[in-house]
Amino acid sequence: MVKRRVVVTGIGLVSPVGTGVERSWEALCAGRSGIGHITRYDASGQAVRIAAEVKDYNSDEHFEPKQARHLELFVQYAVVAAREALKDSGFQITPENAPRVGSIIGCGMGGLPVIEKYVQVLHTKGERRITPFFIPMAIPNMGAGQVSIFLGTKGPNLSLTTACAAGTHAVGEAFRAISTGDCDLAFTGGSEGVICPMAFAGFHAMKALSTRNDEPEKASRPFDRDRDGFIIGEGGGVLLLEELEHAKARGAKIYAEMAGYGMSGDAYHIAAPPEDGGGAILCMGNALADAGMGPGDIDYINAHGTSTPLNDEIETRAIKKVFGEQAARLAVSSTKSMTGHLLGGAGGIEAVITALALKHQMAPPTINLEQPGPECDLDYVPGQARAMEIRAAMSNSFGFGGTNAVMIMKRYEP
Amino acid sequence: MAVEEKLIDIIADQLSVDKAKVVPGASFIDDLGADSLDLVELIMAMEEAFDIEIADEVAEKIVTVQDAIDHINKIS
Repeated sequence: MVKRRVVVTGIGLVSPVGTGVERSWEALCAGRSGIGHITRYDASGQAVRIAAEVKDYNSDEHFEPKQARHLELFVQYAVVAAREALKDSGFQITPENAPRVGSIIGCGMGGLPVIEKYVQVLHTKGERRITPFFIPMAIPNMGAGQVSIFLGTKGPNLSLTTACAAGTHAVGEAFRAISTGDCDLAFTGGSEGVICPMAFAGFHAMKALSTRNDEPEKASRPFDRDRDGFIIGEGGGVLLLEELEHAKARGAKIYAEMAGYGMSGDAYHIAAPPEDGGGAILCMGNALADAGMGPGDIDYINAHGTSTPLNDEIETRAIKKVFGEQAARLAVSSTKSMTGHLLGGAGGIEAVITALALKHQMAPPTINLEQPGPECDLDYVPGQARAMEIRAAMSNSFGFGGTNAVMIMKRYEP
Repeated sequence: MAVEEKLIDIIADQLSVDKAKVVPGASFIDDLGADSLDLVELIMAMEEAFDIEIADEVAEKIVTVQDAIDHINKIS
């Protein structure tokens, strides 16, 4: 069967560096950090008191009060980003085309804040005080579900919940769904909203988070010698993927073309990657093969780059193994240095950023990289964005459970 | 009267509707845009606000604003 070509025709972002694509991209290219002290609630008793919160977002601007009360933030971010992508694309959803439009959105955790809240209600007030909206608010597929409901899409309605790889898996699956004919367009990406005590307690117990509480803007420092963990971020990134002929027929603007998608499993540990980066190597290789590309075809990698001691060293090792002598030529940056780690939303916003990097021929930087850590010896685009030729770009995401997803986009050439 | 005013506030807030629409004859579902889950939550809010318990079989019969006023006046 001939695979159909798929292009990016709309994008939307709600990120810790700004609500809206324009504001976020400008901040990323300027190297501005979105990380600060936690303001959502009093976190003074926590070991970790810093996060990448979405700061310029007001739910009243986007939803009726009754709607907002029944939508967890991860869902709101997905819907707001999807609406921006729809508007950006100029596409109109009609009763005729709705069955051919999908909503495929990843999420790592779902409604952890509402679970945390109602566990307390259950214990203090009893089961009669649990709202009937508790389950629909908490389940992790509600981002995809509400995008479908608010926008009226009736094609595939799926959520991927592969931890920190969920957003990239979603984009990859949407790419497949369109290329094989399940639908002609899909809103896809990822979102997360877990700025709540349980998330910090849980990740901190794993020693996964940075405790650089006094210097939040410097806390996310991927590939740096003094990196000490990731920073929990929130937000959502959604793309409208569209079958090429459909996009051309309506004269759509095209950001980039989807080129390849790869998956793999580590078969190793619940949280740590194997020392040799085997799962990541396999995954990048699978994505290159799917794209029909070799190491010489990629110019930019948006790295997983979490700022944890293990990931950044092992991801570097894996890139060097896959790309061989071409690795030294690559620009590799971690935008998590600015956005923090959006967990299941990371692959969503990073897919949007990858599309923007291709459109603007600009690699966003890795900030806070002052002294590269041992074995971290690639070109990480330190400090400043770089205008450069980007023919094709790769985006890496690796999640707990040893799950890996890699997506490749290329410059659109008719 | 106090009960009625408090109840109207709760209904307007829970269902995100203008207070002027919360008239005695208004049906929660037909006039105030509630669905079945909204109704369950509304009953819970009434229980909480008036410190009462409304059994499920009673709650099923509360269809309009007046039904709610009557029930709360009866038991509180």
